[in-house]
Amino acid sequence: MALQTEQIRVLIARHKLRDVCFDLLGMFVLMIALLVLAALFVQLAIDGFERLNYDFFSNFPSRRAARAGILSAWVGSILVMLVTAMAAVPVGVAAGLWLEEYAPRNWLAEVIEINVTNLAGVPSIIYGLLALGLLVYQMGLGQSVLTAGLTLAMMILPVVIVATREAIRAVPQTIREAAYGLGATRWQVTRDHVLPYSLAGVLTGVIIGLSRAIGETAPIITIGALTFIAFLPPAPITATAPFVNFDWLFSPFTVMPIQMFNWVSRPDAAFHVSAAAAGVVLVAMTLTMNSLAIWLRFRARKRIKW
Amino acid sequence: MPVNTPPAAKAEVRDLSFFYGDFAALKNVSLDVAEHEVTALIGPSGCGKSTMLRCFNRMHDLYPGSRYAGEIRLQPDNVNLLGKDIDPVETRIRIGMVFQKPNPFPKTIFENVAYGLRILGEKRRSTIADKVEKSLRDAALWDEVKDRLDHLATSLSGGQQQRLCIARTLATEPEIVLFDEPTSALDPIATASIEELIIELKKQVTVLIVTHNMQQAGRISRYTAFMYLGELVEFGETEKIFTRPTKQQTENYITGRFG
Repeated sequence: MALQTEQIRVLIARHKLRDVCFDLLGMFVLMIALLVLAALFVQLAIDGFERLNYDFFSNFPSRRAARAGILSAWVGSILVMLVTAMAAVPVGVAAGLWLEEYAPRNWLAEVIEINVTNLAGVPSIIYGLLALGLLVYQMGLGQSVLTAGLTLAMMILPVVIVATREAIRAVPQTIREAAYGLGATRWQVTRDHVLPYSLAGVLTGVIIGLSRAIGETAPIITIGALTFIAFLPPAPITATAPFVNFDWLFSPFTVMPIQMFNWVSRPDAAFHVSAAAAGVVLVAMTLTMNSLAIWLRFRARKRIKW
Repeated sequence: MPVNTPPAAKAEVRDLSFFYGDFAALKNVSLDVAEHEVTALIGPSGCGKSTMLRCFNRMHDLYPGSRYAGEIRLQPDNVNLLGKDIDPVETRIRIGMVFQKPNPFPKTIFENVAYGLRILGEKRRSTIADKVEKSLRDAALWDEVKDRLDHLATSLSGGQQQRLCIARTLATEPEIVLFDEPTSALDPIATASIEELIIELKKQVTVLIVTHNMQQAGRISRYTAFMYLGELVEFGETEKIFTRPTKQQTENYITGRFG
């Protein structure tokens, strides 16, 4: 039985209606999500606007809200991120490379794989407890920049490993075969081809991990970071030989989210303005890192095509 | 089967079988690959011709669950390439491979050709530059790329990329070059230039080529092996295989009745 032209048109119109419905629904849902985020940020910016000046960045926290700044917080955040990156990148990338290029395909590899994926879902405060027991008490690293950096490194390690593996998997097998076909060893293939070609993806994963770590509060509070710090850690670079100094690793510290938390919990409303201003800075830091990740990915896509 | 014994065998395949797990992809294949000649492997999809090619450079070793039986003896030193004591890396340095789809590294044209030399530990820049130029000339690509050696290899056309892959393989002076359907992703003009190149190359190296295209085997090879379901059905001079095959299956395939 062949359909009449008129019937076909009715049918198409009915199907098209559903198409349009889903289109609108999807757009609506997305708009809600984006608007909520935008409203939050705008509110924060309006609240904190009056505090956002040079002094805010260059002052230490103070009992008087008008003079309180985030110097120790943003310096602390950057130093902690430095430690986190230095610890998480080599370990995470090496683990990802090994799992993809070296690990035998057996039950042990599967167990490791499932564990890595599950680690990504462990609540961050658990990492804080682990760090308190292991790093602070057992290893005696104290409530220092080093402890905080290593704690956050443990937390983002699964993110880095998973991102590394995904980036590595995007390298076509034919490229590996080309290199092996010339007589390259597994290490040469990994070092000369797999790693360089997946580097942009790996960096993207690292930055996304770091931008998650920079906003973490719970594990840092758990290891006992101070909320009021009116001094900076010793400078890593000194004017006299040997020009580098690692004392900053063992210095007490505070970070942006903890500074914010401290101000938010004070009764004096003037401090809430400072908290909002710190929030704007923290969001700006995170967005900058994410933009960097997007830019890196875009550049790599342009350069490396298969 | 009556086989005209080649003048000098570069590789002697003896009772070669290959297994993926329990599945026998190659069954007791024996043939000689003549030195400085082109030998073609033809047959329908899944007949084991690519599997056989990839035994020569132990490419199967990269994947778990693969197992070889029999021997491939490389002459004149009579080394069994499949021997447990032979490192696959050694085999791959001696035997080059060009793949089905052009697969240049996303590096510069120069670095693509230089890579084989670098992994062999060559450090002298002038030696590397000389060998890169010679290989590109041998691959009939030099004139097209000499002014842009620092450009990305992926910016070349498909046919140029495939000639670059040939140059990359030639740079380390392998004894045998394996071609796995090297023109199946190329247009007819690029195909013709690759075929010309292969005919030219046999002066330097021994060529073993898998092809889906029987006319191609007829145009470029001196010997042809027809394979079917993992077995070698017929092997001999190409001219004879194509004009007076002795097996009914061969005749059916080359006359286009199946495949």
